Amino acid sequence: MDKEKKTNQSNSVGIVKTKNFTFDSLKLENGEKFGPVTLAYETYGVLNPEKTNAILIVHALTGDAHAAGVHEGKDNFGWWDNFIGPGKAFDTDKYFIICSNVFGGCKGSTGPSSINPKTGKAYALDFPLISINDIVNAQKHLIDHLGIEKLLSVVGGSMGGHQVLSWLANYSKRLRSAIPIATTIKHSPQQIAFNEVGRQSIMADANWKSGNYYEGSAPSKGLAVARMIGHITYMSDKSMAEKFGRTKKRMSEPFKFTADFEVEGYLRYRGDNFVKRFDANSYLYITKAMDNFDASFGKPLQEILRGIKTKVLIISFKSDWLYPAYQSKEIVKACKLAGVETTYCEIDSTYGHDAFLLEVQEESHLIRHFLKKVFYTYEVTGEYGA
Amino acid sequence: MSTEHKDIQSDHQVILDLIKEQSTVLDLGCGPGDLLYLLIKDKKVHGQGIEIDDQAIYKCVAKGLNVFHGDIDSGLSEFGDKSFDYVVLNQSMQQILHVDKVLVDALRVGKKVIVGLPNFAYYKSRIQMFFRGKAPVAGALPYQWYETPNLHFLSITDFRDYCRLKKIHIERKICLGGKRKVPFLANLFAQVGIFLISK
Repeated sequence: MDKEKKTNQSNSVGIVKTKNFTFDSLKLENGEKFGPVTLAYETYGVLNPEKTNAILIVHALTGDAHAAGVHEGKDNFGWWDNFIGPGKAFDTDKYFIICSNVFGGCKGSTGPSSINPKTGKAYALDFPLISINDIVNAQKHLIDHLGIEKLLSVVGGSMGGHQVLSWLANYSKRLRSAIPIATTIKHSPQQIAFNEVGRQSIMADANWKSGNYYEGSAPSKGLAVARMIGHITYMSDKSMAEKFGRTKKRMSEPFKFTADFEVEGYLRYRGDNFVKRFDANSYLYITKAMDNFDASFGKPLQEILRGIKTKVLIISFKSDWLYPAYQSKEIVKACKLAGVETTYCEIDSTYGHDAFLLEVQEESHLIRHFLKKVFYTYEVTGEYGA
Repeated sequence: MSTEHKDIQSDHQVILDLIKEQSTVLDLGCGPGDLLYLLIKDKKVHGQGIEIDDQAIYKCVAKGLNVFHGDIDSGLSEFGDKSFDYVVLNQSMQQILHVDKVLVDALRVGKKVIVGLPNFAYYKSRIQMFFRGKAPVAGALPYQWYETPNLHFLSITDFRDYCRLKKIHIERKICLGGKRKVPFLANLFAQVGIFLISK
């Protein structure tokens, strides 16, 4: 996702540390057992003595545990820093925020690039095929470890939204509320198609070598192209026109097919930067998990949701064509039919799918008030500041 | 049962009095949620709104209301039969494209339906039409013809006749002229008509 954004440094959570939690074994959805599993995670704010103010934030495809603040000696503000901090939507003066890198990822949690203790080498394609439900089950181990019986909320956009729906479908009793943003019950053929082109691009790179590239050069070209495709789908026609227009860069290279247009340069830059921080095999595993995901296991979602007490806030964005509003409305419909207390808003934005990272004002307003209501209604007996 | 408030809109007060405590209410075209908020606060109802305007949605969420962003025409059909004790269409019915379909659906989804409508046959409107030959701008219809959100123009009598035609039972009819109830010649002197109907 696009990390270009203004960060309000005055109400940052400040310097944060990534922690690790390791457990022996995870039962996968396909029946296999896998272990040990390490999850990298960060927390912001303080868990109250009753443990009723914990919010789990789940990240999108290429996100990580570093959602807010900076690491010691760096200025690497977290991917959702605009939303997390004192006085922000996820107010760290009131709530305890948890964010972990997904199982299968490459930013500190166990994934295909991790060392297999049995062989002393990276798992590569020996890593099992994982599902969104496996990712969520791993998170549940972390929440158990932190001693939290019931989360105030679980929140995430895009693939984060898949995880939110998985939590809702499997562990609604552990949730007071859920906020799926710019997401879907299951991928459409178009969404699968874009992911498949990304995967093919990686696998077509000669350096990929059936996933066994950890001792040599990584399939950087293939991964960069996958990322470029991704970026196109995260923006909108309008946001690209506004950002780049048809402006050309001044280049004096002799090669005929240089990046003439701003947009070309941008995509190349994004692609090249991405390969420095992301593992190609993780990209394959996680996109496959997204494509295979079906929150309702092939049944109508309302059957899964019927009778749950969790409150739901669903958010979509007008110009998002990768996860169009109609997909969020399908979640809304299921909630209606299941009698779940639900609020839905389609935010008027031109940013495309990236809007969930960028529409700070409107999105913050919805989240802040929704959380306040949930927290207030269920838990707080005394006066609760605005 | 009646809870009186000084600063409440008179139509909201009437609807508040019609709705039983702790019932379930779906407010179609709930706007910024003032009525729903009142109902939840005073009558402990379980409320849900549907609203098309995003700025109004933000106000609803700030009030802690459950609300769906969308149009009434398509938003209603997804609910199951008798999902709510009351479905409210206050000052919104005249803005809906397919009124007939929505009313049928509202009577399916709600055990009872409350309709609040601006009376087109209000005497000031009649005077404007008759003596000045102009489209009326009066009472509960304060808009110029070129900026009105209203698609349908009907009177209290029109709606009563519609209910007879469609075999809809009118349980209560309260007509308001300003803040006061209009007991006689309502179609002439009332600006607003509020109907409690059921099938």
